[in-house]
This record gives sequence, C-alpha cells and structure tokens, in this order.
Amino acid sequence: MSKIENEQNKQDIENKENKENKEKKDTIYNVKDLSLWYGETQALKNINLEIKRNEVTAIIGPSGCGKSTFIKTLNRMIDNIPGVKTTGEIQYHNRDIFDKDNWVEELRTQVGMVFQKPNPFPKSIFENVVYGPKIHGIRGKSDLNQIAEESLKGAALWEEVKDRLGDNAYGLSGGQQQRLCIARSLAVQPEVLLMDEPTSALDPIATHKIEELIAELKKDYTIVIVTHSMQQAARISDKTAFFLMGELIEFGDTDQIFTTPKDQRTEDYITGRFG
Amino acid sequence: MMDNTEKKYQVRAFLNRDGARKRIKNRRFLDEFSKKLFGSSTLIAVVVLGILFYRIIRDSIGWLDFDFLRNNLSIFPEKAGIFGAMAGTLWLMAVVIPVTIILGVSTAIYLEEYAKKGKLQSLINMNIANLAGVPSVIFGLLGLTVFRRFLGLGSSVLAGGLTLSLLVLPIIVVASQEAIKAVPNHLKEAAYAMGATKWTVVRTVVLPASLPGILTGCILSISRAIGETAPLVVLGVPALIMKVPDSIMSDFTALPLQIYYWTLDAVLTAEYANLAAATIVVLLSALLLLNSIAIYIRNKYQQRY
Repeated sequence: MSKIENEQNKQDIENKENKENKEKKDTIYNVKDLSLWYGETQALKNINLEIKRNEVTAIIGPSGCGKSTFIKTLNRMIDNIPGVKTTGEIQYHNRDIFDKDNWVEELRTQVGMVFQKPNPFPKSIFENVVYGPKIHGIRGKSDLNQIAEESLKGAALWEEVKDRLGDNAYGLSGGQQQRLCIARSLAVQPEVLLMDEPTSALDPIATHKIEELIAELKKDYTIVIVTHSMQQAARISDKTAFFLMGELIEFGDTDQIFTTPKDQRTEDYITGRFG
Repeated sequence: MMDNTEKKYQVRAFLNRDGARKRIKNRRFLDEFSKKLFGSSTLIAVVVLGILFYRIIRDSIGWLDFDFLRNNLSIFPEKAGIFGAMAGTLWLMAVVIPVTIILGVSTAIYLEEYAKKGKLQSLINMNIANLAGVPSVIFGLLGLTVFRRFLGLGSSVLAGGLTLSLLVLPIIVVASQEAIKAVPNHLKEAAYAMGATKWTVVRTVVLPASLPGILTGCILSISRAIGETAPLVVLGVPALIMKVPDSIMSDFTALPLQIYYWTLDAVLTAEYANLAAATIVVLLSALLLLNSIAIYIRNKYQQRY
C-alpha cells in the first residue's frame, strides 16, 4: 500500500474510534439488569436501558408500573425507603452507583431531581435557590448572587422574581414554585435532571411554560422525565421508555414508539385501550 | 291518608311517627341537660379558681410592693422580701434551660431522625412519655441519691437544677418530637436530592421548621420547673437562706419553697400568710406570662406549610 493509502486507513480507523468513543461518551446512564423489590414485592424486573447526553428521555406507563420507582433509583432516592432491595447495576459514567465507594451525596450533586408537587423550603426565594451551593461550601456573597441569577434565568423565572428575591417562596404560584424548584436543582450545576411528573400538579399554561423550559434545558443538561401524559412525552422527548408492571416493554426513539410501536402492549397503551 | 294504589312503588312505612316524636323529645331534653351539666362543671372550676384568686389577692394587698421584691428574708415579716427567692429561681433556670434544651432536643432528633423505627424505638418513646406522669417527689428522691449524695453536689443550685431538669425532660422531648415529626417529608426529600447528608438536612431544614414547636416545649417545661416544690424539699434545700446565691454550687431558695415554708410557719406568725400570698401572686404572674408567650408562639406559627 502506498503511503497515502496508509495515511487514509489510519485516518479512517481514527475517525471510527472517535465516533465509537463519542457514542460511548454520549451514554450517561447504562442500566443493566436492574431489579428492585419492596420487601417481598418485585417492583422492577430486569430493566435494561441507556440514557444519552443532551436528550430528553421520557418514561411512560400506567399507574403503578414502576416509573417513579425507576427514576428514583437513578439518584438513589430509594435508599431512603426502608426494606428496598436491588440487584443489577446502574452505571453512571461507567461506575456502578450502588458501589460502596461511590458516595450517594456526590452522585446527587451531579444528578438533580424535581418532584411532582413543588416543594420549596419555607425560606426566601433567594435562600431556596442558593441552598445547594451553600451546603456544598460556597459562601461568597457575590458568588451566591451570581449563581442565583444564573439559575433563575436558566429556569425562566428571573424576570418574575428579580425584584423580590427576599420574599417567602410560598408567595409564588404553583407554576412559579415548580420553576423555583428547577432553579434550585440547577444551582448545584448537575449534569442530569430527573423530573418525576413535574407538571401533573400544574395548570395547562404553567405546564406549557415548563415544557418550553425543558426544550431549552436539554441543550445543556440530560433530562429524564416521568410523565403520565403520553401527549407530553410525544411533545418533548427524544427517546421514550414504556413501562408496564415493572417491566420495560419497549424503548426507542419517540417518533418510532408513537408511530410504529414494536410491541402490541405498547400500541394498546398508546392508543388508549388501557391505562 | 296516602293513596298508595296509584304510586309506582310501595314505600313501606317503617318509621312510626309517634314513637319517633317521643324519642326525639327525650333526646332534646338530654341535649339541654348535658349542656347544663357540662356548663355547671365548668362553672364550678371557674368559681373555685375565682375564689382562689380572690383570696390570694386579698391577702397580698399591702404586702406586695417594690420593697417586697427588693428585700431578702428577715425574721420580721414587714421587712421580709423575696429577692433571694427570685434570684434562686433564676439561678435554677440558668441550669434547667441549657440542660433540658441540649439533652431534650438531641434526644428528640435522635428518636425521630436517626433511630431505626422498630420495637426498641417504640419502647424508648413510651418510657419517656410515661416519665412525664411520675410524681415529682420521686424525682426528688432521685436527685437526693444521685446528685446530692453520689455526686456530692449537696443542696446546691446545680443539684436542684439537674433534678428539675430530669423532671421536665419528658415534656420537652415529647414536644420536640411532635414538632420534628410534623416537618413534611417532601421538604426533606428536596434537600436529600441535592446531595445533603442527614445532619445537614436536620440542621438546615428540619430544625428551622420545627423551631416554634421546640420553643413552645421549652417554655412549657420552664413553667413547670419554676413551680416545683416537692423535689427541692426532698433534696433537702434549707428553709432559711440569707445569702443570695452567687454560683451554681451555692445554696439557694426558690419561690415555690418560700411559699411552702411561709405557709407552714403562718400557724405561728399570721403575717407569713400574707407574705406567702404575695409570693404566690408573683409566681402566678410569671407563669401566666410564660404560658401566654408559649400559646402565642404556637398559634402564630401553626400551619406554615
């Protein structure tokens, strides 16, 4: 082979390696054979899926199918529930999060969570937003002010509250409180944002605002969202996972799941035959 | 008269109208009667309280003045005052307040946040709650054995303060537990989700939120400790102390003790009864103030979530 062809081959191999590395790098979570029991009841059965960077992954399924349980394993919030047992692995950047050497507190600074019912602390708006940075050691006033402004802007709440940061957070409306909770999670500068039915307690206009926010946020963050609304999943997500009775029935691109589902049960759920 | 034949369905008359009317009449009478019964019970309590207040205030008139508050004890009733007793009570509270807060709140935090919920935790809870019902005399015996004799603290402020602290500890533990339990889970979850450790969550979320309840418990336990006489008597606090206490190892006297001893001696010296009455007025005023503050705090901070 001539020198030029050698070079060409080397280039091809390099490009292929780079692409593989990029694809590997793009996988944030790798869930392998995850099963979970609440005491004697098995709530999750052999879940296998991947969450990729800068994508919105929606988790849908009927009530009690295990979607909330699953999302809570991703940041180990299920640790707080007594009697929970898990088998399998959840790899976050190629490290098993259940490993004793990996501290759960550290994981939670990289993976934030927003809950179904907005839960701001009974403190001022400012104190709510800077709670995370403060407990992780950031004290400087100007630093905190900057973090607060950036996080509130990131949550599309800055304009509405910039003049009343000292007010009690409970004076905000439901939708604003939820955006405050999002700002609070963003202030810790996580990589992943887990959202457990974030708009189910909100009115349609607030819901719309948060969906718009999610579309913006996915440019910088990886988002996993549990939703009981299929329309919402279809609107905002890139990938969708369909759970049923603790099993992952189907997982793939949102378009594909909603137009040409592979499993009959997926199709039944999507067309509203049950759920 | 009902014409049943044209109705679509038959309604069987099961309610005997006459019987029902008689029964309702009885029940209305019972209603009025119980209202009067409970009302008169309340009235009795109020009347007794009123008589008590009236007699005390009547006996204390002329004896309760600024000299009374400024003077120390004296054999001459006209010159006697409760300065020493008030100082003693304050010194006692200076021991009771920090001890009960530190021990009581820590216990409550441990039981609610750290201890594994199970039989052992329930057992501890039950025992602490039961301690609140133990007669105060028994705490006096405890103080005598442990603090005065075994630890050699004599009848000092420290011994008396520690004894009273143990007496009121259950009050503050239970009140703090209730306050901590009332902090909603979703607030704690939000903090955990940001990488907080348990102590951080307790320090930054649970304690600030439960502070009003804990404060109320503190004030209630102080107001109980201020009025306790039996433990101090059993502890052997002397009846006549001329010196105002100047350290926690000093001997002391306290307001309820003064009331007790003056009332005893009133058999011989009638004026002592007036002194006792005046002291009672001072003590009751303090209690009223403390309890009002506790109720105010509790009402103001109810239901913040």
